[in-house]
Amino acid sequence: MSHLIELTDVYKIYHMGDTDIHALDGVTIHIDRGEFVAIVGQSGSGKSTAMNIIGCLDVPTSGSYFLDGVDVSTMEDDQQAEIRNRTLGFIFQQYNLIPKLNVLENVELPLLYSGADSVTRRQAAMAALERVGLAAKCKNLPSQLSGGQQQRVSIARALAGNPSVILADEPTGALDSRTGREVLAFLQELNREGNTIVLITHDNSIAVKAQRIIRLSDGKVIYDGPADDPKAVVQPHEPGEEGEAT
Amino acid sequence: MSFSQSFRLALKSLRTSKMRSLLTMLGIIIGVASVIVIISLGDGMNNMINSEFEKMGANLLQVEVMSPSPSRTVKDEQMYALAQENPGLIAAVSPNVSVRATVKVGSETYSASVTGVGEDLPVIQSVELTQGRFLYYVDVDRMQNVCVIGAWIDQEAYNGAGLGQTLYINGYAYTVVGVVEASDPDSGPTSYNDNQVYIPYTNATRLNGNATITSYLFAATSDETNTRAKAAIESRLEQLLGDEDYYMVISMSEMMSIMGDITGTVMTVLVAIAGISLLVGGIGIMNIMLVSVTERTREIGIRKSLGAKHRDIRRQFIIEAGTTSAVGGVIGIALGTSLAKLVGPMVGIEAAASGVAIGVAFGVSVAVGVIFGYLPANKAAKLNPIDALRYD
Repeated sequence: MSHLIELTDVYKIYHMGDTDIHALDGVTIHIDRGEFVAIVGQSGSGKSTAMNIIGCLDVPTSGSYFLDGVDVSTMEDDQQAEIRNRTLGFIFQQYNLIPKLNVLENVELPLLYSGADSVTRRQAAMAALERVGLAAKCKNLPSQLSGGQQQRVSIARALAGNPSVILADEPTGALDSRTGREVLAFLQELNREGNTIVLITHDNSIAVKAQRIIRLSDGKVIYDGPADDPKAVVQPHEPGEEGEAT
Repeated sequence: MSFSQSFRLALKSLRTSKMRSLLTMLGIIIGVASVIVIISLGDGMNNMINSEFEKMGANLLQVEVMSPSPSRTVKDEQMYALAQENPGLIAAVSPNVSVRATVKVGSETYSASVTGVGEDLPVIQSVELTQGRFLYYVDVDRMQNVCVIGAWIDQEAYNGAGLGQTLYINGYAYTVVGVVEASDPDSGPTSYNDNQVYIPYTNATRLNGNATITSYLFAATSDETNTRAKAAIESRLEQLLGDEDYYMVISMSEMMSIMGDITGTVMTVLVAIAGISLLVGGIGIMNIMLVSVTERTREIGIRKSLGAKHRDIRRQFIIEAGTTSAVGGVIGIALGTSLAKLVGPMVGIEAAASGVAIGVAFGVSVAVGVIFGYLPANKAAKLNPIDALRYD
């Protein structure tokens, strides 16, 4: 059986004036169902580009990307939107909840775009909110919740559509360390229940919570292996960027 | 994105930023209100004109003889003969002789319009009597000194008990045999509408000292025969006078349709001018929607990342624009109808906004929002989700 995520020799090249910038420079990544993978790298390493491509928000310049057996590397905007809706659940650093909608309406959004009827939407959204322990806050506006609670709402939103992959982009970046640990623990719990989780971070201490680490540097994979291998957390030496990674 | 949620969101954002929404909708409100006022007053004016024409007789054909020589005239017998020869076309005829006369009751002079007519005038025009009778054939034939007076004279000169009393026209005593109902029974008789004094036309020519009658009133038998009746009269006049410049036949139904055309044109022009306001309102909506799209770039990015397609985003913003302009339209309709009710009586028109006009105004305001919302909505739909998500 094929891998759930299958990036093969992916390039993403941006043209900046006369020079080409290889944000991804021949990246091959395979991720299987049920894995908890952290994609780590410093800023400029290409991890955000990788996340955009894995999240079907962008297409590679060359190379192929099969998601759940479907070639998504050449899709149009609307087809990608449908894939995102059905296959992917996003968790963002800034939570990205819509401030005017209440918690329940926010969690219902992916179901709304999948065309589910209102009863199904409500049931699935309430179930997801119960899963993150915020069912009681369903009528609140996001601004009435704490940062940790808002991030849990966004996790509920990611879960509501029952996606194949949960894609977490620096999910603890805006949280204090204790709340961050709680969110990570929750992601581990989701993984134990069988969810595939891809975590994008620059932070080794967060990355080691995953089972497997893929380290990117200069658009290339420089490590791909278990998270408990000491080599997984070795930072490549990059002049001028020493102070940035923590 | 479901329609109801888009709609609810749009209403919510209208409520949360009231000042901005009001300013956005202002162009639509003014445009719709002025269209409603114009149509209401225009329809009211049309109704008024039509009812005036109805009173004068919708099948009335008015003949004016403008012969320069006393030898070429049209005699009353000739016109009565014409009517008798065409019973299928002409229902009645009456000479119409204006008399410049002083009307006195006792020593008091009244401003009255004295007209000499035939006994068939009530067949041609609506002449409702509250008391007594109209002129009879014998009155005309024997030149009896009898008259039928308007309600205002009855009230002013006789306190409403004029029947059987005496009235002096140029010093000749006339007996009042009938009283005409006030033109508007609700508001009572007025000095300019209800001051008529009808006398036999035979008496009128004698009072004028001129036997030539230059004006006749005909009634066609129905709407359908109007044109043919007019043609019959014209051919007879041509025969009698020998020159089409010497007479004129005015058909009331033609006048009505000419008046209708004129008011219609005037209204179209006015509505078109008011429509410019709608256009400006539409541009206002487009402007604020473009601002809204920029402000909500991040929201658009979030929605897209969750699977919103181009059309979902586009529909959301179009519904918002449409809702904004629809609410503006409703406010404009309310404002317009109440303004028309307020202004109407001031200019003596009973304003009547038809349901069709209101429906069209509402439809147009929604359409304006949808049309002018399309461009910003499309802009939103085409945003790149990555850039949109990163937008602060």
